[in-house]
Amino acid sequence: MVTNRRKFILGTARTAGLVALGGLMWSAYVDEVTANKLILRPPGALKEEDFLSTCIKCGMCVEACPFDTLSLAKPGDNKPLGTPFFEPRDIPCYMCVDIPCVPVCPTGALDKKSVTTNNELDINISKMGVAVVDTKNCIAFWGIQCDACYRACPLLDEAIYLEYEKNERTGKHAFLKPIVDSDFCTGCGLCEHACVTKKAAITVVPSDLVIGSVGDHYIKGWDKADEKRLTNAHAQINTTKISEKSAVDSLNDMGGLLDD
Amino acid sequence: MTNLYNNYRFLIMRRLTQVAIMILYIGGNYWGWNFIQGNLSSSSLFGTIPLSDPYAALQMFAAGAIITTNLVMGALIITVFYMLLGGRVFCSWVCPVNIITDAANYLRRKLEFNKIQKRQPASRNIRYWVLGLSLVLSYILGVTAFEFVSPISITHRAIIFGLGLGWAAMLVIFLFDLFVLKNGWCGHVCPLGAFYSSIGKIGLIRVDHNEEKCTACMECKEVCPENQVLFMVSKESLQVLDGECTNCGRCVEVCNDDALNFSIKKLLKEK
Repeated sequence: MVTNRRKFILGTARTAGLVALGGLMWSAYVDEVTANKLILRPPGALKEEDFLSTCIKCGMCVEACPFDTLSLAKPGDNKPLGTPFFEPRDIPCYMCVDIPCVPVCPTGALDKKSVTTNNELDINISKMGVAVVDTKNCIAFWGIQCDACYRACPLLDEAIYLEYEKNERTGKHAFLKPIVDSDFCTGCGLCEHACVTKKAAITVVPSDLVIGSVGDHYIKGWDKADEKRLTNAHAQINTTKISEKSAVDSLNDMGGLLDD
Repeated sequence: MTNLYNNYRFLIMRRLTQVAIMILYIGGNYWGWNFIQGNLSSSSLFGTIPLSDPYAALQMFAAGAIITTNLVMGALIITVFYMLLGGRVFCSWVCPVNIITDAANYLRRKLEFNKIQKRQPASRNIRYWVLGLSLVLSYILGVTAFEFVSPISITHRAIIFGLGLGWAAMLVIFLFDLFVLKNGWCGHVCPLGAFYSSIGKIGLIRVDHNEEKCTACMECKEVCPENQVLFMVSKESLQVLDGECTNCGRCVEVCNDDALNFSIKKLLKEK
């Protein structure tokens, strides 16, 4: 029997099914394309998760960049569609002091506050990523003199410094090893751009990916500021059945272990 | 010649508007013109007035992003503008995808596909479901769900910033509209169109039908991309009040009987 009610129920079920199917495919796709962690954002970008919900993909930052560093992800770039990014090996961020790309952002996905010190824009505190040296393929680590990345760094001797070490192989030369200090590195990528090897031996990657976190359990005892964390610390003592007595007593107590 | 102009006057004006807007955006990107910069998602007029896609803003809100005043201002300006102007002026006068789907539709008419396939196998209400779904998905995934798949954004970004594989999206829409479904994308699926349909109901510019002059040739229904809104043709003298009307003016220009014309919405009901 075909009633209106049966028709209605079937129609509703069919719509619900189609919406569920569509929603599943749609969300699977969006989830997949936004999962790319290896992407470098313009200075001042919110953390990736917030950036993806806040960026409206208008390209104002791209248009503001005088070096054509930034581009919007196109279909085929394998990056979250329409969002701005840069590839420093091609064009790095030249760290303009007036940071033209940030104030033009209409949605605050590029956050002015995160690149401001004392009410003035300060590109030196931006964190676009952090440079990582491949010590196996860096010719400075072979003992060949090269300080291309060190010289290219806009925060020379802060973000990249050279560590001198005797070259035991020749006995009379020095290694001039480039070391990145992640406290200062902005991730501009001028080092990656300057690197002389065929494929860059120094690469900028998003900070989240490689920067660790020690946690609360370790303190730099030699560092006054870090040591202060101990001033208000207090021990937390757990009392269990065996720790009620002192350890020695507890060990000597044979009660119940031996036959009488 | 005058006849040709009369029969295509709105079409020509629409194409000029669409192309001019894109050229202004391209100028803003490549040559630093300070007229309008950004793209259809969000732009800045004269470097000061913000303009933003209200549907994108809505998705951002659903995704839990912090909304700036700049964005709210931009979205409000656009919303009020289209609300007053009326039914989906964005779709037929600004959106670059309209050129693609109109081309598919034109070819469909010339190849007489519509005579083979008279009934369309899908409901025009799908778009409202897509609109709802996009907001739900934005909420669940915490990203602007439609903006990551939108062929509209792919197209205007392709025009302004460079193509990539964007041509594939355009081709898919063209083929879909040509072979699969008449007015498939713009008339059935597009949630942005659904959004503007919803806010465009209030709009003041309306097509007015005069039944006394109508000779029931049905040319208007043939060219109309949303022909359900023309239900009154040859039956009753009414204004087209449905928000789904795109105000493209094709019905007005193909009518040789002067039975369809643009008018201002009658705010008071006539007795």
